Formats: sequence, C-alpha cells, structure tokens
Amino acid sequence: MQSPGALEISRRDLLAASAATVTVASAHSLGHAQTKATTAPQSTKVTFTVNGEGRELQLDNRTTLLDALREHLHLTGTKKGCDHGQCGACTVLIDGRRVNACLTLAVMHEGDSITTLEGLGQPENLHPMQAAFVKHDGFQCGYCTPGQICSSVAMLEEIKANIPSHVTVDLTAPAEITPAEIRERMSGNICRCGAYSNIVEAITEVAGRKA
Amino acid sequence: MRAFSYERVSSIEAAARAAATTDGAKFIAGGTNLLDLMKLEIETPTHLVDVNGLGLDSIEATPEGGLRIGALVRNTDLAADERVRRDYALLSRALLAGASGQLRNRATTAGNLLQRTRCPYFYDTNQPCNKRQPGSGCSALAGFSRQLAVVGVSDACIASHPSDMAVAMRALDAVVETVRADGTKRSIPIADLHRLPGDTPHVEHVLERGELITAVVLPKPAGGEQIYRKVRDRASYAFALVSVGAVVHPDGTGRVAVGGIAPKPWRDEAAEKELANGAKAVAAKLLAGARPTEQNAFKLTLVERALSAVLVEAKG
Amino acid sequence: MRFDTPAATNPIDQGKVIGKPIPRIDGPLKTTGKAIYAYEWHDPNTRYAYGYIVGSAIAKGRIRSMDVAAARTAPGVIAVVTSDGVGELKKGKYNTAKLFGGTEIQHYHQAIAVVVAETFEEARAAAALVKVDYAEEKGAFDLTAAKDSAIEPEGGGDSGAGDFDAAFEAAPVKLDQVYTTPDQSHAMMEPHASIAAWNGDDLTVWTSSQMIDWWRTDLATTLGIDKDKVHLMSPFIGGGFGVKLFLRADAVLAALAAREAKRPVKVALPRPFLMNNTTHRPATIQRIRIGAGRDGKITAIAHESWSGDLPGGGPEVAVQQTRLLYAGANRMTAMRLATLDLPEGNAMRAPGEAPGMMALEIAIDEMAERLGLDPVEFRIINDTQVDPENPERPFSHRNLVGCLRTGAERFGWQERSKQPGARREGNWLIGMGVAAAFRNNLVLNSGARVRLDREGVVTVETDMTDIGTGSYTIIAQTAAEMLGVPIEKVAVSLGDSRFPVSSGSGGQFGGNCSTAGVYAACAKLREAVAQKLGFNRTDDLVFADGEVRSGDRRMPLAQAAGDEGLVAEDLIEFGDLTKTHQQSTFGAHFVEVAVDVATGETRIRRMLAVCAAGRILNPITARSQVIGAMTMGVGGALTEELVVDKKRGFFVNHDLAAYEVPVHADIPHQEVVFLDETDPMSSPMKAKGIAELGICGVAAAVANAIYNATGIRVREYPITLDKLIEELPEIS
Repeated sequence: MQSPGALEISRRDLLAASAATVTVASAHSLGHAQTKATTAPQSTKVTFTVNGEGRELQLDNRTTLLDALREHLHLTGTKKGCDHGQCGACTVLIDGRRVNACLTLAVMHEGDSITTLEGLGQPENLHPMQAAFVKHDGFQCGYCTPGQICSSVAMLEEIKANIPSHVTVDLTAPAEITPAEIRERMSGNICRCGAYSNIVEAITEVAGRKA
Repeated sequence: MRAFSYERVSSIEAAARAAATTDGAKFIAGGTNLLDLMKLEIETPTHLVDVNGLGLDSIEATPEGGLRIGALVRNTDLAADERVRRDYALLSRALLAGASGQLRNRATTAGNLLQRTRCPYFYDTNQPCNKRQPGSGCSALAGFSRQLAVVGVSDACIASHPSDMAVAMRALDAVVETVRADGTKRSIPIADLHRLPGDTPHVEHVLERGELITAVVLPKPAGGEQIYRKVRDRASYAFALVSVGAVVHPDGTGRVAVGGIAPKPWRDEAAEKELANGAKAVAAKLLAGARPTEQNAFKLTLVERALSAVLVEAKG
Repeated sequence: MRFDTPAATNPIDQGKVIGKPIPRIDGPLKTTGKAIYAYEWHDPNTRYAYGYIVGSAIAKGRIRSMDVAAARTAPGVIAVVTSDGVGELKKGKYNTAKLFGGTEIQHYHQAIAVVVAETFEEARAAAALVKVDYAEEKGAFDLTAAKDSAIEPEGGGDSGAGDFDAAFEAAPVKLDQVYTTPDQSHAMMEPHASIAAWNGDDLTVWTSSQMIDWWRTDLATTLGIDKDKVHLMSPFIGGGFGVKLFLRADAVLAALAAREAKRPVKVALPRPFLMNNTTHRPATIQRIRIGAGRDGKITAIAHESWSGDLPGGGPEVAVQQTRLLYAGANRMTAMRLATLDLPEGNAMRAPGEAPGMMALEIAIDEMAERLGLDPVEFRIINDTQVDPENPERPFSHRNLVGCLRTGAERFGWQERSKQPGARREGNWLIGMGVAAAFRNNLVLNSGARVRLDREGVVTVETDMTDIGTGSYTIIAQTAAEMLGVPIEKVAVSLGDSRFPVSSGSGGQFGGNCSTAGVYAACAKLREAVAQKLGFNRTDDLVFADGEVRSGDRRMPLAQAAGDEGLVAEDLIEFGDLTKTHQQSTFGAHFVEVAVDVATGETRIRRMLAVCAAGRILNPITARSQVIGAMTMGVGGALTEELVVDKKRGFFVNHDLAAYEVPVHADIPHQEVVFLDETDPMSSPMKAKGIAELGICGVAAAVANAIYNATGIRVREYPITLDKLIEELPEIS
C-alpha cells in the first residue's frame, strides 16, 4: 500500500567514479534523500496484554514488537535471528495467530493480546509442546526454539481451523495432520542446527495426544 | 530506520487525505515488506498511516457472481476461504506457495500486490540500483542475476516481481479498486496495475500519491482445472525461480500467467491461443523478446518444462 | 592428568550414566526462554546504551575521511567511535582480517565505526548518517581467475608416497576430474552479539563465543590491556559452526564503545552484515585423479585443491582426508593458496573434510562405475587399517567397513538401480547414493574444577561452551559417573573465563576433550575424598549411589565435603598417542532423492548415517549432532552458495532469504546408527568427535543419488536445477 509519490530520488553525484578511486557514501546513506521533517510526535503510547498481563508503553514509533518485548519488557524468550522476517525465531502469537514479531511495529498492536514463549509454560510447569521438544531433543543451540514452539502450537490450531497448506492435496477436504503437512507449515522457522527431524516427532506426538 | 510519525485512521477518506497531505507519508497494513525495507532505509517514510482499522477485511460475493476481496484480508484468510478454495483454487494455491505461515498471517491482499523486488542489489544500499536510486546504474545486469527477470526488462533494470498471489490474480483477471486522495474511486484491471521498468524502474505501478487500494475484485469463477506450480530451490519459504498459474478447460483452452520471470506477473493472451499446440508453442510466444543474462537463461527452458508439466497435470 | 598411554578400564566403563539417553539438562531452560544469550543480560539497575555497526561500503582500499557530524548530533547519540579515530589496533592471534581500527579496508562490510545511542532505534538511524570518503583499490575476487597465481601455502602441505605419476600412467582404469565447492556461510541463528561493561580498568563482556580463552586473549591484545583485566561470559550460544571460534567485531566494538560512552553498551551484528563482516568456508577448486587395477584396487590417487584467502590467511585443507581414507601405494596431495580480497575464509563445520569429501566421494562413485563395481564394495576393497602414507602408523580404531555394510543393509541398498535414470515414480526420478564419512579426531588439553558440597551436590566449572552440542549434559553425566551420584545432583557452569580453560567447542574435539578434563578433575576429587574419609586402599574404591566403598567399609560421599566443601581442579594433557596412532572417525551416508523430471528440483526422500566414532557419551545429543550435520550437508549439496560479485568484491546474497539453508520441508525423517565401540587411544572417555563427521560426505551422497536418479553428473556444487535441466528427459 505504498504510493510512488513517496519514492525519493537522491543525489547521483555520490556515485561519481573514476577508474582507480571512487567516492561513495557509507552503508545506508546512498538511499538518503532530504525529506521535510514532520512536527508530529515520533513516539506513541500503546496498551496491550502480554501473557495475560496488561502493559502500557510509550514507544519510539520505530520500535518493533520484537524489540518492545525484548528491550522494554525484558521478555527475551522471543529471539532476534534476522530482524527481517527470514528465520522465524521471533515468532509470537497475537490473538492466537503466529506472526514474526520483527516485522510489525509495537504501536500497531493497541489492544492486542500477545503470547510469547514465556506465556506457554515454565521450567517447572512445561507446556506439552515444550515437554515434547525436550523429550525428542527438538533443538540444539536453542536459539530458534522459542519460535519453533510458538509456531508449532499455533500451527496445530491452524490445521484444526481447516486452514490449508501448500501440500494439502484436496483444498475442499479438511486439513490433516501428517508429517508432510507439519514440515511445510513449519518451514517459516529455520533451525540451522538441523533439529527438524526431531521437531517433527515432537509435534506429531503432541498432535496425537490432542487428537 | 528514519524517525517517522504515526497515525491510526478509521476512515478511508481520512487515510487517503493523510497520505496525500503529509510529506513522505505511506500507508502501512501488514508491514511485512515495508518494515523490512525501512530497516535498511530503502524505504524512508516520514509518516505512517496505519490502515488496519479500516475494516476492508471481508470477502463478499458480487452481483456478477464473483468475489470482492477487502484490501486488508490477510493472505491466510484469503487462501482458506471456502469460496476461494472451491472456485478460485489457483488463487488459494498461489497464496499458500508464498512466504511462511507467519508472514501470510500478517500480509494483506493489497500489500502483496505492491511488494517490491527481492533483487539483492536493491536490498544493499551500498550498491548502485536504478530502482532504489534512479540513475545510479544496475548492478544486477553484470552481477548476480540468477533470480531475476528475463522478459519485460530494460537496460535500467532486470528486477523481478516476487509475488505468487499476483500471478494468480493476473490469470483470474482480477480488478483492483482504489480510492484517490480526492475521494474519487477507480477500478484498475490487474494487467494495468504494474508498470514495466523502462527508464524509470523506481515507478512500479500506476497508483497516485495517496491512492489507497480498497479491494480486489474477482470476476465469476473461471472454472477448469486450476493449477499453480511454483519452482524453487528450497522446498518451501523461498521465492520462485519460475511459477506457472494456469486455468485449463477440458477443451484444451485456458489461461496462463507466469511468475519469477518479469517485473510484473506475466501473461500474454496471444500465447494462450497456442495452448492446443502445447507448452513449447505457448512458451515461445510468452517469452518472445526475452533478454536473459547468462545466469538466468535457464528460466527459458524452465518455463517451458514447468508449463508442460502443468498441462500434463491438467489433463489428469 | 597426562594422557599418554591407552586408557585402561576406568569408572566411565560402568556406563551407568555415560552412554545413557538422558535428555538435555538445559532443555527446560531452552524451551521456556529462560536460557540467557549474550544480548539478553539485563541488570535492572544498569542503563545500557546501544551500539550499531557501520560497515565498509567497498571491498578494498582506504578510508580518506569520515564525516560523523550528522551522526554525532542525531537524537539520542552518546558517542561515535570510528576506525580512523581509534587508529591501528593490534590484531588478535587468530584473526586474519583486522576487526577494527585504522584506515585500511580489507573486505566488504569490515567494521569502520560504531554509533552509540540511548536506544537501538536511535543508534541504527544515526549509523546511517555516517559519511565516508573512500579511496577504492582494485582487488582480486575471482578464484578461477586467481588460480594460476596460487602458491604453496606457508608451511607447505604437499604430501605423497610412492610414485603417483608412474602408477597413474600405468593404471588400466583411470579418472581425472575437477570439482568445485562454493563459499559457504555458517548462518547460525544467533547473530554475533556482545555487551561490554567497564569498571575502572576491568572489562566484563557477555558474548557469544565457542572458545572463551581464545577470545579473552585476543580481546586483551586488541584493546592493548592485560588479559587478567578481561572477564568473558558466554553460557549459552545460539549456534556457531566455527564462526564464533575467533574474536569478532561485536566484542571489540562493544568494549570500545562502552569505554567511550562510559556506560555498558550492547552490540549485535545485524543479519545482513554477517556474511561479509565475519568468516566463511572458502570456495575450492579440486582436481582428483584415481588409477586402479581391474580388481578394483586403487594403485594411484592424487588430490589437489586451490582456494583463496586474504593475505596472511590459510588454505581450505580439502585434501586432508585423501591422505588417509583409502589405500593405494602411490599417492600425492597438494594445496595452493591464492590471494583474494573477499572476507576472511576460515573454519566452518569440518573445515577441510567437508568440502574435500564433497569432491572425493563423487570421484569414488565415478571410479566405481568405471570399474563396474558397486560403490559400497569399491570402498570396502580399498579400506586400510594403517596410514597409507606411513604404513607403520596404524589407525587407533577404524571400522569404516562396518559402517558401509551396516548402512547398506539397513537402507535397502540392494534395491538401488545399477542403471542411472532407470527408476521413475510418477513425475519423480528416484535415485540412491552413498558416500563414506571421515573426519579426523583432534585433541586439545582441557581443564575443569569440581566442587563437592555437604549436601552431596557436585558442581562442575569449566570455560567449556555449549553451542548446542550438549556439553552441559555430557559433562554432568561424566561427573555423575565418576562420583557415583545421580545426574540430578550435578550442577554444571560453563562459558566463564573465571573457570579453568577448556578445549572449547570446535573441530568436533569439544565433547571428548572437555569431558576428559572433567574426568581428570573428578579423579583428583576422588583421591581427595578417599583421603578425607580415611580410605587407605584406593585400588578397590567404588563411588556409587552417593557412597564411597572399599572392602566392607562404606561412607556417604557428602561427608567428605565437610562444611567448607571439597574442591579439585585438573587438566587433561594429551601426549603422543595422536602421533603414534592415526585417530579418525568414520561413517557412511546413504541418501535417496527424487528429482522432478520436468523441473529438476531435487527433494530428499530418505537419509541414513552410520557412525563409528568411539564411545557415544549420550545417544540423544550425539544423534542430534549427526542429524544436524546431515541437514547442513543437504544445504551444501542443493542450495548453499555465497555468490561472489566479482566486480564489486562481496558476497551478494548476504541474508537468510537469499542464502538458502534447508527448511523443514527439505528434510525427511533421518536415521542414525552408532556402531558400538570405544577408542582407548583417544582419551579416558574413549570417545571421539561426532559433530563434524556427520556432515562429511553427505553432499556427495546426495550428488551420487542425483546421478543415480538422472544419469546427470554434476561436479559443481550446489546442485541446483539449472545444472540439470538441459539434460533431463523430454517431457510432453
């Protein structure tokens, strides 16, 4: 929903080059252009609940939901793996749906209910999915794990709600829980340690218990 | 990311007005592409107009027998809609082939149409890129171009459009409905929404400043076998090297739109007339005038073979 | 404790805790978000500032000047530290490229400034305002173009035995092929991150490091301060695979920024910086020649490898395994190193063997076909129990044949079509491939401290790290076994420079060596306990069930602790056993692929690894290491390549969208079998490495399976569909 009017043209002389030497601006600044500063405030108050607890924050508009959780609320279970929606480590549940917390602004979540890994269970009182990940060794370094677990909990709900996937054979039939479905639906959560085979077993066990 | 002011709007008129009257304003809905680019200062809005409160999130039947899809309908919900699954399977399939479950939960119908290229030089602000910084040059032409476009390109830009959904929308003859800053409405056939790069690759579509997409309208169901075949390196969570969206009728006629090969979803009605003559004939027409690089010339063969597989599948 | 004679029977052999499938003891922390990683340390009474890196926009040249005026006056900015401002800093021992300081640019995205602000958002925005005037210089970025200028690396490295040229010339069956592997990225999930805090001259750094002592030493060197003044902590590490072996820019920038800002500063490298700012696995060009008799016996084998690195760097030792894996009287290997101005090449999971086996194990498959032999049989025919370059030197233990035979049977290898391209299921061409797995077993000295308290709780302290490998768990198992307590009675503290220096995590040496260090400390503690409890005889001492027993006498272990507790510290020091005996680990990978007949997309259908790697300390964590390595091997086979822009001199696809590592949908259920064995030459644990063995050969097994499926032999990794599509069968 962007309009071309906002695309700015910046100074091309930054790239004036000779054969042996070249002068360019540093990282980022090539894209810079002069824009009229707005006088509107650049921070906003936002109120939402996190793991059932009401929170009110006055935030720099630029603060992502991920950084609001990690740097302002110190809920560091949610991880920053790429900050660009390319890995899934920051997956949280917003009103029950899984999203990448890195690609949404905190101020866009007025009134929302957010669940992070910390809201699912504690070391002494594990959520069934957390327990299954421990049992099946569905992690190694543990950094993608919060995203994997949040994602898998929401993913099973998506199947229950009859949301199809890329590998669903018949779009008009109810979605099923199969290893192929789990793998496709979990593909937005990268695990570089390569625990995928074990993660699928953990999820399958929880799904079976639920069914 | 540059500092910006932020407002939530609750009416379409207010949204269009806010965007038109504030310097450097942009709409934000799902934000999955815009925020990605803002972090890298490829996009540098000074004001964000949050349109998530506008509603525009329902899918309704039209009197013509089609569907009007609200601009803010999330990709997941559109793909899961019973009517879409039954009557526009191509659209459902294309949506499900894109991104990840998390991203589809946020990404909107309108935002998906307007997402920007994934050309790696566009994403690296140290590198010349005519789309990001007009006049700076195209690094991809003599650089890494394996993913990029082979048709519809210019000397200024060979970026490809990354959307899967848009390919299906193109094959299904969707129409984009908008409201302009002055409150007037218009309908834009999807074929006319995106512009080819020419000498101005930074101008990607025909929308005016402050013009807001409110809905995408599908005509009555096209019927036939509807297939979306996405070819990629990884099995999931990857952009298409080539994708083929097809509607094939029992008599062998149909429609074909192709993704991953052009700056916009690529369709050529003249090529579709060749469907009876097989994939080779269709591909020859579709790819007429192609200007591949050494690195992406394989896409010419790949389009033909993927289309061939789709036609075999359509026959059942 | 010196280890210079083969291990005799010891308490580890009891196998009450060691070898048992015990779930990770850190599992409940990691699955609930309670494991604290580097960037997450938070003291509510501290006002942290945020540092954001500025990286070079050019690949090679000099900084003429930097204009930081706009950045310095931007909202929230506390300090700007620039490379030209701090001047030359001493480079650490383990780095090739300098991490920061001075005006020389050695590679793209090299750190040139850090901007410190009150918030992350402010620091990031201000970093974009730094303007740099560069004098750009021409660089060398293309390995193929630089190949002919490559020279023998410092320290040589050529090896040989017999007369390769003559034997190859005379061989009735021959192969002479070139294979290429691309630059690859570790792409671990946790980006490099550090928090630095100064207290006077004392520096504390929370970071993400595989090797605490190497980092501590090099950080002190870089900052020009006394090593004793540096305290490093890294209890949880979000993956490393080699890229966190050596000090990185985040720690240096955080320390300099915190000094300048006079506040603790947090610095994380943004993901798009990682590929060019840090290190990568270097690309290789490899030529392999094999000659054999018609009986299938190799008579001549040669492996040459070319790679590139920055000046002062080293080669990718891709020929390493070829010196040891197969028999053959006449042999040679050689490596040549070209100067490239790309980012620093360095260790990534199984450096040397990983890319070396990618090439060698295709060559072996090709040779088997030329000989009309089954590739499993061809490998078995050429097994050796001695170092082929030095036949008086035996392997400490080698069961490659067992791996191949067990794997072939389990996998249903006999179902494989001998004719390539012959098996089709619908739109899929199906094929099976095999490769041997081989990785040397390295040993590094490793220390630990063990504490017993009056509750009978045993606390182990070592600067060993757990990068996902399971160190916490196997160290707890070791202490529990040695001291006869349940694992619940063992607490493990890792990754802190106040603890004894360990082997650290790398080169698949960490599991064996760090537990051997704990073994040594526990052995010392056992002696202290015995003395304290008044046991005169030590030859029949048994530590079991929380008791110490000798003859008829039994005493509670906890009693030895007294009120002050009992502490023992020791170091395992490795002697000459790795010289007298070749220590390596072995395996076999079996893969079944399906290749789409229309598009050439390859999907993995089945995978099996059989490993022979000494005692398996914990089959759960060991299996995870292997499946993880298999997964990374699939990436190496099919998608992973850092693409070089040969004009601008950088890796173009520098994020996780453009550099494609495997996702869930790429990986099927994976099978792992461990052969039951111990290796008394390796350590008192009789264990060896496993984490890198798992990747060695995987990619070649995939390549061989693709060949079996399609009849198309691709020798340039990764095997993407564009390399297959022109040769796939006609479809209609």
